[in-house]
Parts: sequence; structure tokens; C-alpha cells
Amino acid sequence: MKNENLYNYILGIADNSLILGQRLGELCGHGPSLETDIAGTNISLDLIGQTRSYYQYATKISEQEKTEDDIAFLRIEREYKNVLLVEQPNTHFGYVMGRQYLFDVYHLMMLQQLQFSKDETLAAIAKKGIKEVSYHKRFSGDWVKRLGDGTAESTAKMQEAINDLWRFTAELFDMTDADTAMALEGKGVDVSKLKEGYYKEVTALLEEATLTAPEGMYFSRGGKKGVHSEHMGYLLADMQYMQRTYPNMEW
Amino acid sequence: MDNNWPLWEVFVRSKNGLEHRHFGSLHAADEDMALENARDVYTRRNEGVSIWVVKSSNIKASNPAHNGELFEPAQDKVYRHPTFYNVPDEVKHM
Repeated sequence: MKNENLYNYILGIADNSLILGQRLGELCGHGPSLETDIAGTNISLDLIGQTRSYYQYATKISEQEKTEDDIAFLRIEREYKNVLLVEQPNTHFGYVMGRQYLFDVYHLMMLQQLQFSKDETLAAIAKKGIKEVSYHKRFSGDWVKRLGDGTAESTAKMQEAINDLWRFTAELFDMTDADTAMALEGKGVDVSKLKEGYYKEVTALLEEATLTAPEGMYFSRGGKKGVHSEHMGYLLADMQYMQRTYPNMEW
Repeated sequence: MDNNWPLWEVFVRSKNGLEHRHFGSLHAADEDMALENARDVYTRRNEGVSIWVVKSSNIKASNPAHNGELFEPAQDKVYRHPTFYNVPDEVKHM
């Protein structure tokens, strides 16, 4: 493939949105209240909409005969490039909002840079995504504050979620080979430069939520290289079942 | 948890220049959550450009048991409708 770096770079961004969208989609009809259920599903659909734009672009670059569905549904686990954070399970609502917030802050920062990409398609997708993701961050951040600064039980649960998810945050700022190559060409974002601002922003909100940012923690990495956590296989089994059982099905 | 949240009435302005209209109600813990929930429940199909939320308990409603004295006397007061004037053809939208 001529543009292998660009292809891998697009998938690196898109897979985060796909897998997080899938995780949120699992909650459709199972949210804690009708209102939060719809909100979660809306965010899921925003993310899957973004994913489609990226994958459609990727199919144009790929020299193989591939559709966006092939990319989404017919890869094996090691070929997905999403970060470990987004595949973590919906343990409870505190985890769902914690995972969302920890990703949203990164996601918005990344898109705000990507909108200036020299690649016009990526810049256009980013510009459209910024409005959506701004709202995601507002929604998830409000919930982290609300639960963190709520009752004794909600504070404990929110802190538990942050403690468990924190170890997945450092990977967000790792640069893959494709990231480095695209950043050099001015098409991609050097995410390693976002790290300082990210932790500053997240720590400030946690403080406001009367929560503590964990310190001195071991960080887990691997998703970007296709080495996923034990949860990923179950997620993919659920997500890929239909396309694998009824190949090429559409509705 | 839902049962502990108060009820809110949602008013949405669908276009600039039009008035806010009652769209429905929802549950939320406070006005900020009510606004976010209203955005997600009532405007996700591009229905609005502005949202108001009002706690349902802040609305004083007329009692259906009083409908007789409140509304029925108006039923036979045709003279309160301005239908006895000859409107010139040039005047439209009357």
C-alpha cells in the first residue's frame, strides 16, 4: 500500500471511536434512567458516525477491495489499534462516565489539532467532530463532578472508577510509527505534546469533583499495537457476530 | 434513582422567531442536568435552537374540577369573537 502510514493513522483514530461507541451501545436500553440512556446512546451514535467518515476515507486509500464494514467487522483482535481505555467494560455508571471523560478530554484536544491537518479530509472530519466531542466532554465531566461531589457512596464509586481507569491514560500519548510519520508530514497530531495539558485539565476537574488523581501508578499500554486487554475478545465477539454469521448482510 | 429526581417541563424553540413550545417532561436532579437531558431527549433530531426547562412543581395548573366555572361560560359568548366586521379583501391573514 502506498499510503500505509496514513491508512494506519486513520485506523488508529477511528478504532478508538468505534470501540467506545460499541461499549456505549451495549448500554442502549440499560441506562440508569431513560434520560441518561438516551444521552449515552446519542454519544455512541456520534462516535460511530465519526468512525464511518474515517473508515470511508480509509477504504479510498486502501488498494484492496474493502468496504467500511469490512474494516469495522472483519478484522482480528490484533489488528484493532484502539487504546486500552476505550475497551474497558461498563462496570457501573461511574466507570462509564469516568472512561468517557478520560477519553473525551484527550479526544477534544486531539481533534482541535487535527482540524489544522494538511490532509483536507482529516481536517474536515475533525472540524465536524469538535462540536460533538465538546458536548461529550461537557456531559461526562458534569457527571464525574456530580458523582464525585455527591453522596458518600457515589464519591467512593467514582473514585474507584478513576483509580481503575487511570492506568490506561498514559497510552493515549504514545506515538506509533504511523503517528510519527504523519505528524512529520503535517497531516497527523503529535499527541505526545498533549500530555501535560491533559493531566492538568483532568486533575483540575477531579479536584473540583472532590476526587484524587492517583499517583505513582504503573501504566498499562498495548492497544495501539494491537495487544488488547482480556475484555476485547468478548467485545469483538458481540460486535462481529452478525457479519461473521451472515457475511455481507446489510439492513 | 429515577424516582428521587424531580420532574421538569421542557420548552423548545424550534426556529428563531418562533415561540418556545411545550415539548414534554423529564426527570433530572437539577436545572443543569435537566437542560442536558432535554437536549438529548428532545432535540437530537434537530428540533430546536433554544431550550427552557422549568420545574414542574413551579407550575400552577388549573384544576380540571373547576372546568365548568372557568371555561364553559365562554362557550356562548360569540360576541367576543371579532367576526361581525366586514374585512376588506386587501387585508389578509385575519
